[in-house]
Amino acid sequence: MSWFAGVPEVGERLRGVDYLADDGIATSVFLAGALGKPLLVEGPAGVGKTQLAKAVAGASGAELVRLQCYEGLDEARALYEWNYKKQLLRIQADDDAWGDIFSEEFLLERPLLKAIRSDAPTVLLIDEIDKADVEVEGLLLEILSDYQVTIPELGTIAAVRKPYVVLTSNATRELSEALKRRCLYLHLGYPTPERERDIVLTRVPGLSGNLAEQLARTVATLRSLELKKSPSIAETIDWGQTLLALGREELDEDTIGETLGVVLKHHSDHGRAVKELGLS
Amino acid sequence: MLDRHVGFVGALREAGVPVSLAEGLDAANALMVIDLMDRESLREAYAATLIKRPVHRPGFDVLFDLWFPPVMSGGSAPERVEYEENTPVEELRGILQRLLMGNPDDPAFREFVREMVGRFGRVAAGPGRQSWFSYSVLRALSPETLVARMLNQMLSERGGLPEKLARQEISSNIRKFEEAVASEVRRRIAEDSGIERIARSAVKPAIDRLDFLRVTKAELAQLRREVYPLARRLASRLTIKNKHGHRGRLDFRRTVRASLSTGGVPLTTHLRPKRPHKPELIILCDASDSVSSFSQFTLLLTFALREQFTKVRAFAFVDTVDEITKYFAPGADVLDAITRMTKEADITRFGRTNYGNVFTRFADRYGDAIGPKTSLLILGDARSNYQPPALDTLKHLVSQARHAYWLNPEPRPQWDTGDSIATSYSTIIPMHECRNITQLAAFIENTDVGAR
Repeated sequence: MSWFAGVPEVGERLRGVDYLADDGIATSVFLAGALGKPLLVEGPAGVGKTQLAKAVAGASGAELVRLQCYEGLDEARALYEWNYKKQLLRIQADDDAWGDIFSEEFLLERPLLKAIRSDAPTVLLIDEIDKADVEVEGLLLEILSDYQVTIPELGTIAAVRKPYVVLTSNATRELSEALKRRCLYLHLGYPTPERERDIVLTRVPGLSGNLAEQLARTVATLRSLELKKSPSIAETIDWGQTLLALGREELDEDTIGETLGVVLKHHSDHGRAVKELGLS
Repeated sequence: MLDRHVGFVGALREAGVPVSLAEGLDAANALMVIDLMDRESLREAYAATLIKRPVHRPGFDVLFDLWFPPVMSGGSAPERVEYEENTPVEELRGILQRLLMGNPDDPAFREFVREMVGRFGRVAAGPGRQSWFSYSVLRALSPETLVARMLNQMLSERGGLPEKLARQEISSNIRKFEEAVASEVRRRIAEDSGIERIARSAVKPAIDRLDFLRVTKAELAQLRREVYPLARRLASRLTIKNKHGHRGRLDFRRTVRASLSTGGVPLTTHLRPKRPHKPELIILCDASDSVSSFSQFTLLLTFALREQFTKVRAFAFVDTVDEITKYFAPGADVLDAITRMTKEADITRFGRTNYGNVFTRFADRYGDAIGPKTSLLILGDARSNYQPPALDTLKHLVSQARHAYWLNPEPRPQWDTGDSIATSYSTIIPMHECRNITQLAAFIENTDVGAR
């Protein structure tokens, strides 16, 4: 099955699920589907990496299988596990059962195996791969290049239908070359003010166009300062919602001063913004 | 198309982007499925398959523009403006002003850039030779001088927040104009003398390979932005290293105790968990102008890595030395810290670097800061203006510290040239070349400064 027919179609269908893609995003998403390669999405927190995977699943009507990575994640929780209790009971009940306790019946599926064996279209989201240990990357290599899993007792299980794989990373560590080589790479950065305005308007219905414009421009200015943590798109949306809740029509200096905490989370960043923007 | 593809991949490799054979094949496969007439999706297709690190992207864009130049629209654009050969410059500046206040993605904007480079960009580069330069275009039109006029037009009253926002928008548009001019100039040179010739000089090194001593002001700001991501990456790497380290010494009591259950035979040994090694760090950094960008960056990085050390103390010197730790308090603003440091700290007397005097003064005033748990880090170029080097004092300081390292931002071939006495110092203290972020990161990871 092909996931999308062409680059323009990707843009349209993502827009249909409220995700505004630019040229780079649309092309990468299309290529990942057309070439059958995993898509590695890297970028700062809160620019819509996970959201992109959800949007792809939504736009193509596929099921989303999510593997959240964390330190200490291992095979048993990512790939598969044998149901020891059931195996033990079977052996106790039946002395001749030694041969068949490693079969389908005793296999516990974990996200990766589930995505491989599913015969419905599936989007596999491997979230925050940089949080997992380096060994997990090795575990993923077989799945990412050949879409198959080898279980020693059962043999190799190949994908019934290739899942659409999205990996996300915050770049807290450099991923291995082997992993990067197998993936298409998409770097998601901060959007242009025009695109950000449109994003805010889709995600915060009820906000006036004028206010969204001011919001996007102010955030662009904040990002140009040397801050410890630049405001993300998610925070801009929060800001929009805050202004809507407060019923402000205009983003003037007082309003910014009162609500700056929504977008800047470091004390020194706060001080710097107040000084540079001339707020009191 | 195939030749072009192979040439482009080759140029990327030459520019320092690691492109493997498999990635080249992926790109070729991608070309089969996308619409080749759409230049932007061609660009993104190449980027998605070949560029796996964001630092390589700017260089990639430059090369892409050279290898796949935009198709010239032969005067078919409906709103095409005719620029007569003899339009007065003032009028052109008026047009530029209107364009800068509008949307820079407008086709008219590109058209204007093309015309202007055609008119002003050609400069005689020698007898009988002509070349293209962007500075002559920028000088003729000088977009920077239009800022005040534009601000007056956009705002009813000056000052405050609206002006900040307008300024930000204008300056980002001016930057886009300058980039467009530069890229158009490169295209013209490539047309005249071949792509390969210009490609080699057009690509700037990626930010993590940028020489500390040669950074421009804008690049320095970009470097500082790298501090926190880099510190986060290093910190996570260092904690992993700490965790995977060997277990500690034999826990005698627990081993004997466990042996009771096996009749007094110690079958299993128990080891103490290893105590995390958190060194104290003393940084002694050259703050003279010649190496200041390097020192600033390294100082910021070590303070961002503060969690890895129990205690960090920093000292700056030119020809005398003063403690600067207090300026880098946690949560303090980076830029403020640097300006306050250069303004308030007592580090200069005559303004010429004097390592010998600095080491003597440091040993006198702060000698007791160095103890058996301390790592000593010296940052500087070892250029002492022919003053006595005080080797013995340094030897004494080094012997007191647990580890000592010297980071030198100069390339190794330049050591010992002129007034540099790098080799004399490096017999006493291990000296590492540290010219860019990559080398600095490698140093922190590979040595005991951070953790073991």
